[in-house]
Amino acid sequence: MNIELAQVSRWYGNVVAVNDVTMTIGPGVTGLLGPNGAGKSTLLHMMAGFLAPSGGTVTLDGTRIWQNHEIYRSIGLVPEREAVYGFLTGWQFVLSSARLHRLPDPEGAARKALATVEMEDAASRRIETYSKGMRQRMKVAAALVHEPQVLLLDEPFNGMDPRQRMHMMDLIRTMGTAGKTILFSSHILEEVERVAQHIEVLVAGRHAASGDFREIRRRMTDRPHLFRVRSSDDRRLASALIADASSGTVSLTEAGLEVRAVDFRRFTWLLPRVARDAGVRIWQVSPADEDLESVFSYLINRSG
Amino acid sequence: MNGVIAGISYRSLLGRRRVWLLVLLPVVLLALAVLLRVIGADGERATVTLLQTFAIGTMLPLLGVIAGTGVIAPEIDDGTVIHLLSKPISRPVVAQTKFLVAASVVAAFAAVPTFAAAYLLVGLESGVASGFALAALVGGVAYAAVFMLLGVVTRHAVTIGIIYAVIWEGVVGNFVPGARRYSVQQWAQTVADQVSSSVFLTTDIGIGFAVSALVIVVVGAVFWAGRRLRSFSLTGDE
Repeated sequence: MNIELAQVSRWYGNVVAVNDVTMTIGPGVTGLLGPNGAGKSTLLHMMAGFLAPSGGTVTLDGTRIWQNHEIYRSIGLVPEREAVYGFLTGWQFVLSSARLHRLPDPEGAARKALATVEMEDAASRRIETYSKGMRQRMKVAAALVHEPQVLLLDEPFNGMDPRQRMHMMDLIRTMGTAGKTILFSSHILEEVERVAQHIEVLVAGRHAASGDFREIRRRMTDRPHLFRVRSSDDRRLASALIADASSGTVSLTEAGLEVRAVDFRRFTWLLPRVARDAGVRIWQVSPADEDLESVFSYLINRSG
Repeated sequence: MNGVIAGISYRSLLGRRRVWLLVLLPVVLLALAVLLRVIGADGERATVTLLQTFAIGTMLPLLGVIAGTGVIAPEIDDGTVIHLLSKPISRPVVAQTKFLVAASVVAAFAAVPTFAAAYLLVGLESGVASGFALAALVGGVAYAAVFMLLGVVTRHAVTIGIIYAVIWEGVVGNFVPGARRYSVQQWAQTVADQVSSSVFLTTDIGIGFAVSALVIVVVGAVFWAGRRLRSFSLTGDE
């Protein structure tokens, strides 16, 4: 099934949260990537029928999503907020989901969903005793209980420990391989890269990039990187570095060297060798602009 | 009406600390009744005054606020309501179910103690007990609908609800003659007056008006709440 967004905008008063976004989310795993505040949740809420677009249309295989409760037969939603009915046990929570869907065999469906997220052991405990990661998995089980064709997850890996994160990633990948349409939002590139075949990048409410993750990753690593380097002899290191074409500009500052590397891969390969050959000890290498904002703003400047 | 939603709603309303708030007011009513009886002031006049001012005038709107907003506002606040709304169930059905839960809770916690308090004081004399129990029942149902709607439309439902209960129902509705026609407790008392033959209970609203007003308020509030839930929006952190 496809979720289609056509020229979708959403504004709150004078603030534009999502600006003229057109995209199609098809079968497989799609990662919705963007820094915090980029409008990911707003976009996801519109796809889930929990927000009306201010302009444009959001449809599921041609059917309008807003104010149409029938779409939930095909859509499963895992919201970001962790609140669930704490007084219910995990089993009661997932079973209630199955019953609300009026499934023919709610107990069977609930058992299957709990097995999918490997939460059978904790199912008899109240949800209020769960860790954040366990709640997250229980929410996924409740969203999967009717085996929807479309699954929407808002920041699903938040608050999970590495093992839970790995398990959730496997789960999402498996469902994507099975031909389901899965979209999840994240502000962490590595998460998206490891799970999604397809990435949609949202920056400041605008659709900044779309495509295969390798392509986007390449565009992100090819940008000029700014590094701060501290060493035993900054001046000597600077002169050795500037001789190579991979360093664009090198400047000597109080806090050490600032190197703008135009070829990321070559620079990271080069730096230790140059230092060794020049007999300079490196104390520290830190990326000066590695925050997502600068990565994304680079992307949007390229695509714009 | 949806059984699963009703079940969850009853549990969240009665299974938590909120139940003690629901129990507290009826306990105070019964304690006052016992006190009046002990000091020998258990005449029909005192009974009617107690039921008018405390049972219908104070306890009923406050129970309405607790149960009416409690059945939906906390879930909207913390986002748990999404569990119910992201299902193939029409939103008006969700609103109707929430209303039925709130109405039944207010009715049980208001009508039964009201009857018991009256019976303790005057027995079945002049139909005071049954009249006021019926008044608590219909008034409670109306309050449940109004405050459930309030819980859907505003995040400040409890505050607004209490202000409404105290200012409008408590002061304006009692002392401003024109406003009385638009007060749930006055409609409820009119119903009590219809059943009871007590000379100490007089109301100045016609029973036809009171009953129509109660029906319109309940149907209108539940309908509107359903419409608002159809447009329920999540506004994220951005």
